[in-house]
Amino acid sequence: MQVRVRDLAHARAGDKGTSVNVSVIAFDEAGYERLTRELTEARVQAAFAALAEGPVRRYALPALGALNFVIERVCGGGVTATGALDIHGKSLSSLMLTIPLPGNEPEG
Amino acid sequence: MAAKRVRIGSGAGFAGDRWEPAVELVECGDIDYIAFECLAERTIARETLAARRGEGSGYNPQLEDRMRAVLPPAAARGVRVLSNMGAADPLAAGRRTADIAAELGLDDRRCAVLLGDDVRDDVAARPALPLMESGEPLESILPRMASANAYLGADAVSFALSTGAPVVLTGRVADPSLFVGPIVHALGMPYDEDDRLAQATVAGHLLECAGQVTGGYFADPGVKDVPGLARLGFPFADVSDDGAVTIGKCANTGGRIDVSTCTEQLLYEVDDPAAYVTPDCVLDMTGIALREAGPDRVSVSGARARPRTGTYKVSIGYFDGYLGDGQLSYGGPGAQARARLAGEIVTERLRLRGFAFDALEARLIGLDSLHGPGDGRPEPYEVRLRVSGRTQDRKAAEAVGFEVAALYTNGPAGGAGDSASVREILAVQSVLLPRALVRPRVEVVGDAG
Repeated sequence: MQVRVRDLAHARAGDKGTSVNVSVIAFDEAGYERLTRELTEARVQAAFAALAEGPVRRYALPALGALNFVIERVCGGGVTATGALDIHGKSLSSLMLTIPLPGNEPEG
Repeated sequence: MAAKRVRIGSGAGFAGDRWEPAVELVECGDIDYIAFECLAERTIARETLAARRGEGSGYNPQLEDRMRAVLPPAAARGVRVLSNMGAADPLAAGRRTADIAAELGLDDRRCAVLLGDDVRDDVAARPALPLMESGEPLESILPRMASANAYLGADAVSFALSTGAPVVLTGRVADPSLFVGPIVHALGMPYDEDDRLAQATVAGHLLECAGQVTGGYFADPGVKDVPGLARLGFPFADVSDDGAVTIGKCANTGGRIDVSTCTEQLLYEVDDPAAYVTPDCVLDMTGIALREAGPDRVSVSGARARPRTGTYKVSIGYFDGYLGDGQLSYGGPGAQARARLAGEIVTERLRLRGFAFDALEARLIGLDSLHGPGDGRPEPYEVRLRVSGRTQDRKAAEAVGFEVAALYTNGPAGGAGDSASVREILAVQSVLLPRALVRPRVEVVGDAG
């Protein structure tokens, strides 16, 4: 069965000017290790391609079992000048949770 | 000697927050201070424009309701109240609050008003300042500027508290600093770049969105359940002069505080967790450990800080055109195709009428309005067409809703429930201003009775 981020973690999104941050917080240590291997900046950027130009930066917080993603240049001129329904990008945590993970093997 | 300890409550997490949980905290939380964080990025620009049009006071529209609910129990228990509800006109907010205190028959009606965050003149005199977001010089937006406010720090808030006034009102203050101010003041903590200031800043950051750390914005039924969310309690932090921090909430309130809720809030609106810049310090969150210290209690340790920067961040609100929005719903078989057709028709009619838009989009609520197009989504039973147009021309913005409503007799079958709106777009960008150019000052209004 396809494993998604939602199976391993919870998430919250917040806005920072023209970028959005989405934290991904693992339910346990094994989940954190797998997410660290498989939830790469490139994978997140691909999932957000329709919404943001990028780039995507990832920060690891092993003491908290969390990854923090910063997604640059969200479409519409950023959260403070946009016509989008979700002007703050607050629903983007839910998009993050839909991302499928490739498998148990480290990516080549 | 036992460590000195202060308990700070969080009374609001945004401009329009609920206030019953704040009253509950004052009455049952055994708190020393309560701080209401009520200023989003665009709020000051919005209040400035509303006041200019004669439609608003310049300060938070709920100030009256909040103060009437909170001041009597706060006065009875000696709880001091802080808020950035002053928004674009903190002095007017302070005078109104002193009047409300008098109407309520309170003895000490003083309100310390923190001023000096409004730096419109200072930035206008420096048009070459680079905008942090676009990289362009400030002069590119200067003619459309509505507000320019420096994020003041905990030192200024602490100075306002040193007046002894039971209420402190501010304009723009960095969100965590509204909480760090009373911590520094109450504990006599030196305003240095040490790890205690880092711990205080983390406490402020965890409190600044109120219910977002007690289980608000967290529930996901079956995955992350939150008990009693309808009766969500607001948080407090116990901070000791040795730097110990514990987050908690009143017994018998809804919600939950645990490592999961605290981690979500810790990383909320954070860019680089090793360099979270506030006016007080540059916080490094990477060494933070969260531990459950009892039911609905989480202790925080391991925050570090580097020295504060030599500048204040200044948030500049400016007018950036209009947004027209028109919506209409479709249901049952073929709903998605009818709604798509309706969106194409509106777009074409707006083009035929010669209106110009910076961006014009037709999206379907229920399908692609939040996350854009995506594969493999099941067809929903109902969808709601949303056409939105960003434009510098007010008439073009008005035409969006007009053309959506016209779909009733001129569009596909079965459209229902139209709505339309036009609003001014307030955009925000930032500049950095050297500290020496910003001069926080305090004015006390009202009398001590």
